[in-house]
Amino acid sequence: MIHSLFLINSSGDIFLEKHWKSVVSRSVCDYFFEAQERATEPENVPPVIPTPHHYLISVLRHRIYFVAVIQSEVPPLFVIEFLHRVVDTFQDYFGVCTEAAIKDNVVVVYELLEEMLDNGFPLATESNILKELIKPPTILRTMVNTITGSTNVGEQLPTGQLSVVPWRRTGVKYTNNEAYFDVVEEIDAIIDKSGYGSEQTRSTITAEIQGVIDACVKLTGMPDLTLSFMNPRLLDDVSFHPCVRFKRWEAERILSFIPPDGNFRLLSYHVSSQNLVAIPVYVKHNISFREGSSQGRFDLTLGPKQTMGKSVEAVLVSSQLPRGVLTANLNPSQGTYTFDPVTKMLTWDVGKINPQKLPSLKGTMSLQAGASKPDENPSINIQLKIQQMAISGLKVNRLDMYGEKYKPFKGIKYMTKAGKFQVRT
Amino acid sequence: MCSSLRHDDLKEMLDSNKDSLKLEAMKRIVAMIARGKNASDLFPAVVKNVACKNIEVKKLVYVYLVRYAEEQQDLALLSISTFQRGLKDPNQLIRASALRVLSSIRVTIIVPIMMLAIKEAASDMSPYVRKTAAHAIPKLYSLDPEQKDQLIEVIEKLLADKTTLVAGSVVMAFEEVCPERIELIHKNYRKLCNLLIDVEEWGQVVIINMLTRYARTQFLNPNMNESFLEEGSDKTFYGSDEDSDEEEEDKDKKAEAPMVKRKPYVMDPDHRLLLRNTKPLLQSRNAAVVMAVAQLYFHLAPKAEIGVIAKALVRLLRSHSEVQYVVLQNVATMSIKRRGMFEPYLKSFYIRSTDPTQIKILKLEVLTNLANETNISTILREFQTYIKSMDKDFVAATIQAIGRCATNIGEVRDTCLNGLVQLLSNRDELVVAESVVVIKKLLQMQPEKHSDIIKHMAKLTDNIQVPMARASILWLIGEYCEHVPKIAPDVLRKMAKSFTNEEDIVKLQIINLAAKLYLTNSKQTKLLTQYVLNLAKYDQNYDIRDRARFIRQLIVPTEKSGALSKYAKKLFLAIKPAPVLESPFKDRDHFQLGSLSHLLNAKAGGYQELPDWPEAAPDPCVRNVEVPEWTKCSSREKRKEKKVDKPFYSDSDGESGPTESADSESDSASGSESGSGLEESGSGSESEESEEGSESEEEVEKDKKKKKKIELKKPVQVSESEQSSEEEVRKHERKNKLRKSVSESESDDEEESKSESSQSESEDSESEAEVKKKKKAAETKPPPKPVKKECKKEKKEMSLLDLDDFEPTPSPQATPLNSFLSSSLVNDLEGLSLSDAVLSPAAISPCSALKSYELLHRITGDGLCVEYCFSRQPFPPDANMVSVQMQFTNNATSDTKNLHMEDVKLQSGMRVNEFTEIELLPAGETASAVMGIDFCDSTQAANFQLCTHRRKFFVSIQPPVGELMRPVFLTENEFKKEQGQLMGMNEISEKLTLDVKCRNEHAIVQRVITAANLSRVPCGSDKECRFGGRTVTSGSLVLATVSSREDGAAQLTVNCEKMVIGTMLVKDILLALTQ
Repeated sequence: MIHSLFLINSSGDIFLEKHWKSVVSRSVCDYFFEAQERATEPENVPPVIPTPHHYLISVLRHRIYFVAVIQSEVPPLFVIEFLHRVVDTFQDYFGVCTEAAIKDNVVVVYELLEEMLDNGFPLATESNILKELIKPPTILRTMVNTITGSTNVGEQLPTGQLSVVPWRRTGVKYTNNEAYFDVVEEIDAIIDKSGYGSEQTRSTITAEIQGVIDACVKLTGMPDLTLSFMNPRLLDDVSFHPCVRFKRWEAERILSFIPPDGNFRLLSYHVSSQNLVAIPVYVKHNISFREGSSQGRFDLTLGPKQTMGKSVEAVLVSSQLPRGVLTANLNPSQGTYTFDPVTKMLTWDVGKINPQKLPSLKGTMSLQAGASKPDENPSINIQLKIQQMAISGLKVNRLDMYGEKYKPFKGIKYMTKAGKFQVRT
Repeated sequence: MCSSLRHDDLKEMLDSNKDSLKLEAMKRIVAMIARGKNASDLFPAVVKNVACKNIEVKKLVYVYLVRYAEEQQDLALLSISTFQRGLKDPNQLIRASALRVLSSIRVTIIVPIMMLAIKEAASDMSPYVRKTAAHAIPKLYSLDPEQKDQLIEVIEKLLADKTTLVAGSVVMAFEEVCPERIELIHKNYRKLCNLLIDVEEWGQVVIINMLTRYARTQFLNPNMNESFLEEGSDKTFYGSDEDSDEEEEDKDKKAEAPMVKRKPYVMDPDHRLLLRNTKPLLQSRNAAVVMAVAQLYFHLAPKAEIGVIAKALVRLLRSHSEVQYVVLQNVATMSIKRRGMFEPYLKSFYIRSTDPTQIKILKLEVLTNLANETNISTILREFQTYIKSMDKDFVAATIQAIGRCATNIGEVRDTCLNGLVQLLSNRDELVVAESVVVIKKLLQMQPEKHSDIIKHMAKLTDNIQVPMARASILWLIGEYCEHVPKIAPDVLRKMAKSFTNEEDIVKLQIINLAAKLYLTNSKQTKLLTQYVLNLAKYDQNYDIRDRARFIRQLIVPTEKSGALSKYAKKLFLAIKPAPVLESPFKDRDHFQLGSLSHLLNAKAGGYQELPDWPEAAPDPCVRNVEVPEWTKCSSREKRKEKKVDKPFYSDSDGESGPTESADSESDSASGSESGSGLEESGSGSESEESEEGSESEEEVEKDKKKKKKIELKKPVQVSESEQSSEEEVRKHERKNKLRKSVSESESDDEEESKSESSQSESEDSESEAEVKKKKKAAETKPPPKPVKKECKKEKKEMSLLDLDDFEPTPSPQATPLNSFLSSSLVNDLEGLSLSDAVLSPAAISPCSALKSYELLHRITGDGLCVEYCFSRQPFPPDANMVSVQMQFTNNATSDTKNLHMEDVKLQSGMRVNEFTEIELLPAGETASAVMGIDFCDSTQAANFQLCTHRRKFFVSIQPPVGELMRPVFLTENEFKKEQGQLMGMNEISEKLTLDVKCRNEHAIVQRVITAANLSRVPCGSDKECRFGGRTVTSGSLVLATVSSREDGAAQLTVNCEKMVIGTMLVKDILLALTQ
């Protein structure tokens, strides 16, 4: 299936190659570079590029292109999903997935890739299994290994490979048994431009809530957990980690699972669209250019809307200003702003919204001399965080553990973020 | 030079005796390989270390070897013997990795060695090694395609493997080596469907894609009757898949196979099985799996059911942009065929300014496909926003999309046209140009109404510079010059002036315009035309020169002008059909969705065409499995065995049972019977009809008497219908008698194997019936067909396996005692335990009323077959232990020695009292032993190794919750008192409807006691049954009450301070009472 893998950095250097079948010359990447040139933006490189003898399927993560070379029919998503899994594994192992990290750990990377694919077909992609085969490099272990001559490579078949719970390794032991669950919800919304004046009239074109439950489980033995919700009906469409028993969910709306050891994503969900989505902030904006003048006005005010009493934090506003804009001379009431004259990207790091004193950004933009009034209006993207609240109202009812005797420490955290939150102007 | 020096340094390190130096050297070499540097000259130095003790060095040497072996074939051979040794290693990881490396070395000389190694590994005891063998198959095939036939044999063997670990890999091998040998799948089809949910995700993708193709060859198009049937009747057919009246339909269908097209469509149960078993995978976290299921539904499901995939696909749009890209491509194709399915998700395709352009354009495509009369106004409003985007490519695509909406939806054509005309005054030239091109296409549909637009556009020629737009305007004016008689000549005048500076396509259109005007209005334009043609005559471009010459000949009358000039007007001013604006994704669905070929809209190498549906379904009997190797045990073991095997997804049936058993459809879907249950019900329903038709009345009567039996007999009917398909219909009646007797002899086996799952109360009557049949079977002549022979054999095997069948014929393994145990034994046992009599463990014989479970299958155990049951006797050495009675049967040809257990792996707190070693178990003999396990009042499995003198087997024992307690004697008053103390959280009640056969007190008691080791507590009312017990380890009291009413409604209450046990017990008892 997957013949070879090339890792290409943002400056177009191939800094790692791995072949699972006979060697494919790296000149095959020239086709990729061609496509890259044609694409104006890095993310516009087509994920699948046909070449005379091969097909290149690539993903872009952390400004590294992972280019897989395949020779015959294979579902493209299969390769794409696998490449993303590779990146996730690197991230899991090295903390970050950067060119430097990969180069520093090239041997581990190679060993990992060797285990993850056999003859181009995925062999072991579960992080728990891989970690038994190849131990993640830590400073301590590296030192111990140099002294004792022991290795990072496991000698036994990982227990998970043969068990019915391949995602969990056996013999897990912790002195502090803890299980943490983070319910993180993201609001995706497009807010219409209409209704310039008051925020009431501003209509929401589309808004939906997507959420995930990320878990960090450090429990001894083989715990069997169940997690139930106060209001499971909210969850409309769900996708599970393989450990979740689907039948149980179908019948009782309870998540029952033997968790993998460590960090994992238990569940992603979509909140049913019947529920009205609370929009936590509103934006008053007035971005205008006058005909014939080289000046434009920029006026933006943010305010909290439906936040259920929680404060809105880490607010970051960004907007791609029209190409004609040369400089922006703005005055933020709080936070800092930057304007990149090359990419025309305006970012305003607002921080926390104080309902008493609404943050605003006002000032003028100057256009290139002679440029006519831009007829497009920039849209405004907003990032924000609200702690201790899931905007959909989802609440975990209880978490129980069976199969083990100790009392684990359990923690559940809620957070709401803005996903793709866009205000059209 | 420098590099060769460094290499010397590496060679030195590799030659040293220190592992750390070697490791360092290997790490540096691997880093070189990773960077793409050539390290081939180190080959001799590296290959020496292939047998290095240090595992990391060894692994890195493997990496090196695989990379360079092809270049250095002779030297690579030096390493082969190491791998051959590795193939015999007791450590499965080492065996597997030896095979992996050996098969990855692309050296043709070792093909025979590889072949041998693969064959051996294919029957390795470790599923991991077998998986590796499956992976090795395509490697060898690509190295030497001549091995195909032998490899297919191995594939066939591995396809029969029942472990989930192997399934994905072997199907992948099948797809790479012999995708055309679809017949190899028949026998494994149902197994693959049932295993699917537990296969690792990558394997799932491969299997689903393969099964899609398979289903296209074997089943009928579920949508074929769309034209024949009304929407309403359609629905009922899809809805009532597996009920009885449909089976009748099915029967008709078979009888009149040629008429099949005209008949109402009935889905093959196997087809249904596939759809049902793949559906939960839409919830997978893996986008590739979701896509695979989506395409399966798109290609195979009835129209009414396809909708489910939309939600999952829309969910994938939240994923990485590459995933979005692929998913949107597929959604675009689907949305053309099945627009309704994505309509509710219209807003999910709205475009954000932050989306990459390629995603924007695909979303636009989907939005356009989804546009209809009702939503067009919203979509157009969206488009209006998009037109103001800064991304000009995207704006251009939006204008195209507006054009398509306008052509497809007549109502909005004028609105769109007006909007586009407004865009003509846009400041951005690209926008204007694109609009012109689209307007041109729109105007072609009804030009007479829009002469003012044409006039407006004529004015634009002064400003617009984009060649395509200019060309479009000129063409429009020329084509409709009679609508703008005054302007047209003027435009030509201007164009003639700028002719030399125009782009080629514009020049061509100028000539075109000139010609048309000349034909309609020669008075005004004659000179202009000649001027233009003269200019064109000397143009640099030969196309333009050619065109000019051609047109001059055609339109300007000369003495030599040919016959064509008479028709010039007809030629130029013919009515041109309006262009159809089509989606580029139209008809892409002839490629399998989700495939690379679909994405590229071109056939990729190795793409397997998705076959068209067959006209008439091929014989469904091919999928029947006579000796279901992998299910052999599961039909008996059912739920419990399942629990051990796959606790995920499929396990919770026990808990969810009561609700599911209500309707038959979801019942078979639920995991409880999934393994073989599904399979049988699958094959059963389709063959039932043929049986009913041909069987003698007596048989039919019998069937009617015992509905339960019909179910049990299904597999029999299967084999019968197989026969009937082989024979001609005419012969049917003649052979009827013979076949009947055969079917009966077979039915015996089935009933035997099933007897355990049947309810104990019906056991008496059943065994009676069986005795009767036995007699008949004895009269049966020697079977003329091989099928029958197989059945005979199978029968024997079945009886070997079943300790608890009621077959009166003595078989060497079954304890004769069994057959005489009646159902009242339960009660006897109850008495026994009350009397507290201590029996020696070894003396306890397995009793038939108790469910026995398989610990080790005959096949996996090399002939050693081990079963266990919970004997419900106190375990004398330790009162806190549950006693487990094991029965060892040696089916092998040689003796087994030193049977004992080792390496017990338990959850914390659990303990095991091992059984005494069995020193010798001669071939064909049976022995039993008793062990004790303290499960700590949990249903966690006890895992251990069962060792013989030759091998070790990993086994595990998992108790049903009912076995974790022992009966306790209580008086009515004590019971009430204790119950009073266990209220609130400790009390769990459930309402239920009793099974028809379980409406009397006796039956209820029996079923409860079979499900849980409890004793009856006396009670005044006969409407209420009470039971008491204590958990084995902690001694917590367990009280159960069943109060029933006349109509079969009942309430079950369990009081237990251990809530978990209580909950599980309720579910188990509930299941026992309702089934």
